[in-house]
Amino acid sequence: MHIEVRHLNKSFGSHAAVQDVSFQIERGKLIGLLGPSGGGKSTLLRMLAGLETPDSGDIYINGKRVNDVQPQLRGIGFVFQNYALFKHMSVFDNIAFGLTIRKTSKAEIKARVGELLDLTGLRGFEHRYPHQLSGGQRQRVAFARALAPRPELLLLDEPFAAIDAKVRKELRTWLKQLISTLGITSIFVTHDQDEAVEVADEMLIVQQGRLEQQGSPVHIYTDPQTAFVAGFIGHSSVVEQPASLRGFENTSITAGARALVRPEFVEVGREQEIQFPSAAEKGQVRHIFFRGAHLELDIQVGDNRLSAHRSLDQEPLQPGDEVSVLIHRLYVISDESATMVENPLKVDPLPVHI
Amino acid sequence: MAGGAVTVQLSEKAAHRPKHITESVGVRIVLISIALLFLVLVVLLPLLSVFIEAFKKGADVYFAALRDPDALSALRLTLTTAIIAVPLNTVFGIAAAWAISKFRFRGKNILITLIDLPFAVSPVISGLVFVLLFGAQGFFGQWLQAHDIKLIFALPGIVLATTFVTFPFVARELIPLMQAQGVQEEEAAASLGARGFQIFWRVTLPNIKWGLLYGVILCNARAMGEFGAVSVVSGHIRGETNTLPLHIEILYNEYQFAASFAVASLLVMLAVLTLIVKSFIEWRTNAKSPERSADDAH
Repeated sequence: MHIEVRHLNKSFGSHAAVQDVSFQIERGKLIGLLGPSGGGKSTLLRMLAGLETPDSGDIYINGKRVNDVQPQLRGIGFVFQNYALFKHMSVFDNIAFGLTIRKTSKAEIKARVGELLDLTGLRGFEHRYPHQLSGGQRQRVAFARALAPRPELLLLDEPFAAIDAKVRKELRTWLKQLISTLGITSIFVTHDQDEAVEVADEMLIVQQGRLEQQGSPVHIYTDPQTAFVAGFIGHSSVVEQPASLRGFENTSITAGARALVRPEFVEVGREQEIQFPSAAEKGQVRHIFFRGAHLELDIQVGDNRLSAHRSLDQEPLQPGDEVSVLIHRLYVISDESATMVENPLKVDPLPVHI
Repeated sequence: MAGGAVTVQLSEKAAHRPKHITESVGVRIVLISIALLFLVLVVLLPLLSVFIEAFKKGADVYFAALRDPDALSALRLTLTTAIIAVPLNTVFGIAAAWAISKFRFRGKNILITLIDLPFAVSPVISGLVFVLLFGAQGFFGQWLQAHDIKLIFALPGIVLATTFVTFPFVARELIPLMQAQGVQEEEAAASLGARGFQIFWRVTLPNIKWGLLYGVILCNARAMGEFGAVSVVSGHIRGETNTLPLHIEILYNEYQFAASFAVASLLVMLAVLTLIVKSFIEWRTNAKSPERSADDAH
């Protein structure tokens, strides 16, 4: 195991930033540390880098406990949220900094920096200063600077937060490819789940200083272990009384619990469009939002409001239209756990009604 | 006398305000005239009169006053004092600003308040404190006398008093600057393997150098011009413990007006030189300021 964290705790005054966090990371993985803002993600990252000292708990890199190892000696590259480039140094000197400190020979520095300039597509910019670069270019300089001393572990704190949407998407893809080419273990912090799902091999969901779940994006998406994860991932609607929804009346677990319904679990349409009309119930379209590739519908079903998607190719609906709503499945959430429940009526093509 | 530094940033923006939100021509003319008139009356006229008075009895008297051994000795003492006090305060200012902006510790606010103390108390009191501590009747007076160490009415006392009065300048200039810059660049340097002094030398110092120089210049200006505190500890011994401001006062009290204004003109010229260097640095700082074009670079 490359990185191992055991029972890590950190408080600032009375605020517990990180509480009893333990996890393991395999070599070469790209990890997304995801959670709401102020949830302790950055603190966790800074403790790995040695920029904060944990109150208790242990951090192991390559099986060696590094709690008392200074940040200078941990062999970690850190990309800061606002890049923290050295303003008074050129791009070349910024990238070369870590090597200059290590008293690497001039020729070697030149070769390594050249290599990184090519890798990051910054060739031709080496004599510019940070203030002469765009956000995306600065991000790449920060990245090259962190990589120059060949770190074992790369930590990125909200690496795309300060970049506009279009460039962010390009950089995301670029970063994922680059990291998989280099094979360097990397952890990046983000509060944007799309980013984490798209980029990460594995995600760590952190909330209020606690690690909620660790796993691949697909795993976390399809099998959320806690109520928080079920609600945080995907764009879920909360249903206070799931027993009022058709198909879930007789399920013993739905009684008295709340449920989360994701848009992709809900099928909406004219009666003839629905696969299992007998499992569907009536609802009314309240609003329709254009989301580019699809439409998002706000549906009233009894006392509940659900969100659903509809393709642009399908017959258009209008607000106020009466529609059939089929709920394929939902997550029943109790205090801590989340359980997926399939619509039982859907399974039987000829349900018997008495 | 409080001597807080005032930094004027002339911005192009002022000229580009649309007509409907700026004042009428009449108001503008009145405001500008008041400011100019006040400046002429209160600053320019007195300064000019120094030179007029100095040359009243001709250039011979003027240069004779400057060549006077007592005047030369006063100039030497003033420069010596500044050469010792300014570097001391530079080191102290950097250390204090560093501690305040980069670390979390108890009593930080007390330290910030203490740094302002010399601005808050009258310079005479600053001088008196040292007399009370180190004078013949002071706390350490007996002990100092027994070991034949002379602090008061000698160079060490003058340097001490000057250092005390001028120590806020560098720290005051650096604290807001370093607080605004934060610690991210230093953390980045640390994660890249740099250690304490390397971080300071390669990252911190280049970022604060213009602010630091500015603080040093203000500190130097005050160190050379300080009167009150130095007057109390110097003892006014001609040719020995007289600094330039004290020498001017003595000449003036002896009705040697031309001579006293001649020496005063020397101090004025030192001050003007300092201001020119200061303006140059301000101009350089603005020209180099990276924030200006940073946001347009996308």
